[in-house]
Amino acid sequence: MNEFVETLLEMQWHEPKSSYDVVIIGGGGHGLATAYYLATRHGITNVAVIEANYIGSGNSGRNTTIIRANYGIPESVRFYQHSLELYAGLEDETGCWIMHATKGLLWMAHTETGMRAERARALINTACGAETHVVGPQEIKQICPQIDLTGNGRYPVLGASYHVGAATARHDRVVWAYAQGAMQRGVTVLQHTKVTGLLRDGERVVGVQTDRGPISAGIVMSAVGGNVTKIAEHAEVRLPVRTHALQAFVTNAYGLDFPGIISDSELSCYVSQTPRGQMLIGAEFEPQPSYSMQSTFNSLASCAKKITNCLPFLRDLRVLRQWTGICDVSADFSPIMGFTGVDGFVISTGWGTWGFKGIPAGGEQMAELIATGKTPDLIAPFALDRFANDHSMADLGSAGTR
Amino acid sequence: MLWLTCPNCGSRPVEEFGFGGELPTVPDRITDPHQRDVDYVWMFDNLEGLSTERWFHQAGCRRWHTVQRNTIDDTVAT
Ligand SMILES: Cc1cc2nc3c(=O)[nH]c(=O)nc-3n(C[C@H](O)[C@H](O)[C@H](O)COP(=O)(O)OP(=O)(O)OC[C@H]3O[C@@H](n4cnc5c(N)ncnc54)[C@H](O)[C@@H]3O)c2cc1C
Ligand SMILES: [Zn+2]
Repeated sequence: MNEFVETLLEMQWHEPKSSYDVVIIGGGGHGLATAYYLATRHGITNVAVIEANYIGSGNSGRNTTIIRANYGIPESVRFYQHSLELYAGLEDETGCWIMHATKGLLWMAHTETGMRAERARALINTACGAETHVVGPQEIKQICPQIDLTGNGRYPVLGASYHVGAATARHDRVVWAYAQGAMQRGVTVLQHTKVTGLLRDGERVVGVQTDRGPISAGIVMSAVGGNVTKIAEHAEVRLPVRTHALQAFVTNAYGLDFPGIISDSELSCYVSQTPRGQMLIGAEFEPQPSYSMQSTFNSLASCAKKITNCLPFLRDLRVLRQWTGICDVSADFSPIMGFTGVDGFVISTGWGTWGFKGIPAGGEQMAELIATGKTPDLIAPFALDRFANDHSMADLGSAGTR
Repeated sequence: MLWLTCPNCGSRPVEEFGFGGELPTVPDRITDPHQRDVDYVWMFDNLEGLSTERWFHQAGCRRWHTVQRNTIDDTVAT
């Protein structure tokens, strides 16, 4: 036993039943957090989370773990700031060590247009409660001495917005913390069980069909990441979502401390350091939809070529691992949470390449929606019917970086 | 790496093209005209398998053409 093991709770697996009050499809962060908050905030424990593979095998165990609130529209900033605060209290609340660390995030600009975007970002975020300042090259150098301010002569650093509260946390530990907390209170987690259809009574969804038999439910929630279109189709719900592959990689350990998180729209890369000292680097999702989890040399090479202009020390490191996740990217780059228009079927999707940071607030709010039957104010702007009502939540703050 | 075959320019790397989206299809079961418009504008089939898509040859002949691509392994069928 060491501190890594001691600071986790024990998994309490339960035998499957044929019926639950709530069935959640997908054992990623969003599904498990919803189960956890149903149990802890609303005393609803007759809940099953059904996972096709093992918990955290989807994007919740594949992301670059950046938690930030500096988005582009007030509705998003408020939602993500709340999530960021829930993350900060999660270790105390659950008793699990998720390796949460507040690091600050520098979003760099290399052109006057880029600077305008960062000034706007700082203003709107600070106004909505997510402290963000504009900083100049000298302050950037103080925060992150490794940056080459000339950008190798090609990408000069003119300034950045500095989002003070940005953090990282170990992704699979977040998944386990929610799973353990939920299971301890009686929630059933079924791994290696795939949902293959939805049970209907007329229009209403009344349960799920799985490869291990049917399970009935008072209400079904879908939280299946990139596979959402197929699940929703079983309820004849159409979604403004495309599945895109996103890749990331880590290097071997870097000997020095790299304290912050670097984000860069023009280089479309973001960089942080893991607790093991490795440099963790992610890029943009591929423009065409894909269900392929195949990582490509192309993506690695193009990302490495760009980011080494500003962080030349990365040239001396070696790539340790590269991987891919398939992401549910919504048409307006904002999440889709809540009712679907079909009774008994609610959804949490559109988390795209930015949904790790939203796990606590997404889970908390979806739990409230399920428990009360009403949409909480914080997530009302993110309902699916916004598209039909001409209220899409276009937010390029989520597309720029993770 | 994905290569697309432009009817004008031949086989070229995907970086030369812009993705223009799948051809929009609205399911027959949607009958309300407004809902059909909403579906046409916003909703995606997001197929896992063969998808019929528009691609723009940005760094070539600058013409649009239609491609059948398999979204499971990112290979081009036509
Ligand atoms: C490389 C990469 C980097 C990222 N970086 C960041 C970042 O830095 N910050 C950030 O905020 N976000 C980031 N993201 C996005 C983030 O990881 C996701 O948005 C988030 O994890 C989504 O959580 P989820 O629970 O909705 O989905 P997932 O974690 O994908 O969980 C869905 C689960 O559903 C299961 N499932 C699917 N179909 C079925 C079925 N039919 N039956 C049963 N179970 C099923 C899957 O096996 C999976 O476990 C990144 C994503 C990737 C891929
Ligand atoms: Zn051409």
